[in-house]
Amino acid sequence: MKKILFIEDEATLQKTFGDVLQQKGYKVINALDGEIGLRLAKSEKPDLILLDLVLPRMHGFDVLKRLKQDPETKAIPIIVLTNLEGIQDIDKVIELGATIYLVKTQYKVEEVIEKIKKILQQ
Amino acid sequence: MAQDILNQLNVLNQCRRYGLSPWQCPQFLFLVMGIVIIISSIISYLIGAQYIADPEVVVFIVLSIATILFIISYIITRSFERLAEASRMKSEFINIVSHQLRSPLTNIKWTFEILTSKNLEMPTGKVEEYMTNVKDNIARMVELIDDLLIVSRIEQGRIPMRKKEIRLESLIEELVSRYKVFAEASHIELNFYPQKNLPEIFVDPSLIKLVIENLIDNAIRYTRGGGKVKIKLEVKAKNILFSIQDSGVGIPQKEQKYIFQKFFRAENALKERTKGSGLGLYVCKSIIDKAGGRIWFKSEEERGTTFYFTLPIK
Repeated sequence: MKKILFIEDEATLQKTFGDVLQQKGYKVINALDGEIGLRLAKSEKPDLILLDLVLPRMHGFDVLKRLKQDPETKAIPIIVLTNLEGIQDIDKVIELGATIYLVKTQYKVEEVIEKIKKILQQ
Repeated sequence: MAQDILNQLNVLNQCRRYGLSPWQCPQFLFLVMGIVIIISSIISYLIGAQYIADPEVVVFIVLSIATILFIISYIITRSFERLAEASRMKSEFINIVSHQLRSPLTNIKWTFEILTSKNLEMPTGKVEEYMTNVKDNIARMVELIDDLLIVSRIEQGRIPMRKKEIRLESLIEELVSRYKVFAEASHIELNFYPQKNLPEIFVDPSLIKLVIENLIDNAIRYTRGGGKVKIKLEVKAKNILFSIQDSGVGIPQKEQKYIFQKFFRAENALKERTKGSGLGLYVCKSIIDKAGGRIWFKSEEERGTTFYFTLPIK
């Protein structure tokens, strides 16, 4: 069973989207902020990380940077799932090594699940 | 066309549109510079006509005028910088606001998709939880939009103040009894200690109510269970002094200077609750400043915070 680390501070989203992921057969690990996310990424070695950008204590950019710098976590594909939409944000995120960047309001739940499936199949 | 030209000449109106004082506004400063040039040219001609044999005086006059013009040009350049900064802050504001509105919107949108989708199964027994989520997020959006409207009106100086003679302690008593239930639910003691024989004050009650609601809300939210919130009201010099003391998480020293800024959330506040709009204290400060009072706080991390504000007694 594939493991997905969900780094997101909105409890509602963690619950609803987390429920869907579990239904689709994934094991979901939740992290409410960047520091916890980094720790869990190292200890749980997930197959995929869903990362929000606006997080308490550590901004998503910093989390992304650290994940890609750490040899233990740099190979894990990362989907940045956020509501920030600036071109600079998108460019920066791809430059830092994220696999794809999704703006939450522009995608349906099912579409996000499809993207996750595709990346995990690679 | 004549109307347009007249409008352009009405420099003070233009400056007001930017929200800047005339002395920071480029158009006004150019006008001042123009007047200085004209007057100084006339004066130097008149003086020059008298002292034409004395070149030092003429040189002195020319240098003084050049210096004055240089200073005014420098001030004008700075005022352009301020305009650019104001414009940049507006774009940033819009970015932050869109993000703040999108978060609850995503919650609602995705919850609905899950509730109505044929491909996604609703986890049994969770319908009520999901419905509550939607309700909470709608309330969040409403609150944010209300806050934004207030902020916008404050910035344009368009807050209508409907002042009345009121007894502040009655207003606070009403709010305290309303919030007591909310506080008790989190095992927090909320008490109000008004001084005796307090005078009436001349303020807009709905605005002051907003300030006090915000302060009480914050005090309760950032205080952990078993804590106490104490509200005091007394006379100090020519003002009425309101203070609200909580035993909450406090505000870290290095963040204290940003507390009243728009959208600022202290790091430890963000840890407790990421959903605040960060506009509350900005709104409070604007209202108290406009009412002729002063608002400040004392805080120690992990010990608690006390917020104070004064309002003048007429």
